[in-house]
Amino acid sequence: MKRLSLKRAYAAGIVLILAMLPLIGLHIPWILPGPVDVVDSAGTLVVLGLGFVFAGVALGFDVLFGFAGLLSFGQVLYFATGVYVLDVALSDWHWALFPAILFTLAIAAVVSVVLGVVSLRVSGIAFAMVTLAFAQAAYYLIEDNPHNLTGGDTGLVAITTRLPPQLIGVASTRNLYWLALGFLVVVYLLVWLSTESVTGRVWLALRESERRAEVLGYRPFGYKLAAFTLSSMIAAGAGMVYLLLVGTATPSAVAATTVTVSILVMVVLGGLGTRWGAVAGAMVYIYLQQWLLKIAAEPSFGSLPSILRVPLSQPDFLLGVIFILFILFAPNGIAGLRASRGTR
Amino acid sequence: MSTFAAITISGLALGAVYFLVASGLSLIYGLMGVLNFAHGAFLTVGAFAGWALAVHLSAAGGGAGWVLTAIAAACAGAAVAALTELLLIRPLYGRPVGQILVTIGLDLALVGLLLGAFGSSSRAIPVPAWLSGVTAVGAERIPNGDFVALGTGLATLAALTWFLRQTRYGLIIRAGAENRDMVRALGIDVGRAFTLVFTIGGAAAGLAGLLNAVVFNSALTDPGQGDELLIFAFIVVVIGGLGSIAGSAAAALLVGLVQVYVGFYAGTGASLAQLSNISVVLLLVVVLLVRPRGLLGRAA
Repeated sequence: MKRLSLKRAYAAGIVLILAMLPLIGLHIPWILPGPVDVVDSAGTLVVLGLGFVFAGVALGFDVLFGFAGLLSFGQVLYFATGVYVLDVALSDWHWALFPAILFTLAIAAVVSVVLGVVSLRVSGIAFAMVTLAFAQAAYYLIEDNPHNLTGGDTGLVAITTRLPPQLIGVASTRNLYWLALGFLVVVYLLVWLSTESVTGRVWLALRESERRAEVLGYRPFGYKLAAFTLSSMIAAGAGMVYLLLVGTATPSAVAATTVTVSILVMVVLGGLGTRWGAVAGAMVYIYLQQWLLKIAAEPSFGSLPSILRVPLSQPDFLLGVIFILFILFAPNGIAGLRASRGTR
Repeated sequence: MSTFAAITISGLALGAVYFLVASGLSLIYGLMGVLNFAHGAFLTVGAFAGWALAVHLSAAGGGAGWVLTAIAAACAGAAVAALTELLLIRPLYGRPVGQILVTIGLDLALVGLLLGAFGSSSRAIPVPAWLSGVTAVGAERIPNGDFVALGTGLATLAALTWFLRQTRYGLIIRAGAENRDMVRALGIDVGRAFTLVFTIGGAAAGLAGLLNAVVFNSALTDPGQGDELLIFAFIVVVIGGLGSIAGSAAAALLVGLVQVYVGFYAGTGASLAQLSNISVVLLLVVVLLVRPRGLLGRAA
């Protein structure tokens, strides 16, 4: 019990420090992911905010894959739903922010329940492929730009209408950062409550052996659908925060299967089935991705011999290699590194 | 010859390229239970190797080296695939999820590396005149590339069928797909068969990467091209039934035909340019829901 309260104190402390970052004008060379080497610069805050958004998505995906054992390849579909439905409601229908958010969540709920019921009729590789197929269909639809709603390949233009003034303009970055942090805290609590509940125990049982859970009298379908819907709703929420934070979106950044792959990489990197591992995996992934881009843009970088410069300029290459090394040598991810030292 | 027949030939040619990719995926899955996401990178490596040789050969003044180019693409794909199996898959025997994940990481890394080395600009592959030309069949003009793709697909199907049915290693692969542990218990080195299916799959993928670039895109675009094709190959493998070569062949033709028919008859006037892709994706969903094991797959 004492250890638990200590853990909570740690968590609260970390959140508090993160919440205070936008107020710190500290100059730190090199390690910050934004282009300006100041902690509260807009670039650094947006990257960290992006990290919080994807940490939320990763937590949701961890519920599905890490806890319930369902490997979906269509997680990006719900993220894209959040981005595009919110955008359509705000900039095409000129709704106010709050009803637009509720509407987006309602759409995400309907879509995830309907597609979940259909996809969960099959399992294993077939489930992965059906979910991939639905996400891919949505991606093609977005690329097609029906009625000029999605902007097609070129993406969405920045929303300016109907947003509260606190969320618009350069000065708003700080508020959007707090919004993203708040979102992550809410998601974390939601995932914590659900995975520690009876439902969460059944998810673990299903992951280990669906048949055994069935023999014990549980009907798997409802539990699986609950995990599927919860993770989808979290992804949709993250999509909405992404849209507000970044302001624009392109299909390749928010709707392509490569996004699902990066979510999967984040969760596995952090450690499957661990909550803070998913958060750590996503933060490390986003940080490295952005920081490596920044380093590659440094003038001194260009003077490196090409055998070093070419691979180092590609975050995907380095992240792929790191991912492979983790799979081979630290299969339980970042969380596993800690656990193997004797703590949990 | 009607337009319909011409479109049909182009659909079959597309199906042939899908089959080249899908056959390797299906063999690997059938024997090892690994869904190989790095197959997209094998495609791309093959296409780039073919491009590099074709540029070199045409600079040297030769145009007849096309067969060499195709062999180079196949060899490059095979080499990368064999190394993948030996260095990354082998240490993960007994960890099926780890094997799938490692192929995802490899795909990310290889595509990133190629992107860093070559960029994402479109590059033309020099081809001999006969390959880029057309043949008049009745009133229709059929691109010669379609016939080449179709021929390559059919030859691969024939070669694979012969290999699996008539050779000792084919027997081991078929037996291993049936019951890996039993084959191992009989004192046969299944590990060598694992490397072999990866090599064969990689060779077919390398060839497919080159054909896809030459016949359907008339240029090598960015290194992500392979991953785009891979999604359709996955769809083909799952529709055909994981592990079944005949199923892959049937599904490849089905998907290729659906794609070109929908693209031609529904895609031109409508605002939905992607309707052909969407229809293929929905075809997968329908097949899986009606018959989860695919057209010719065995029951799980």
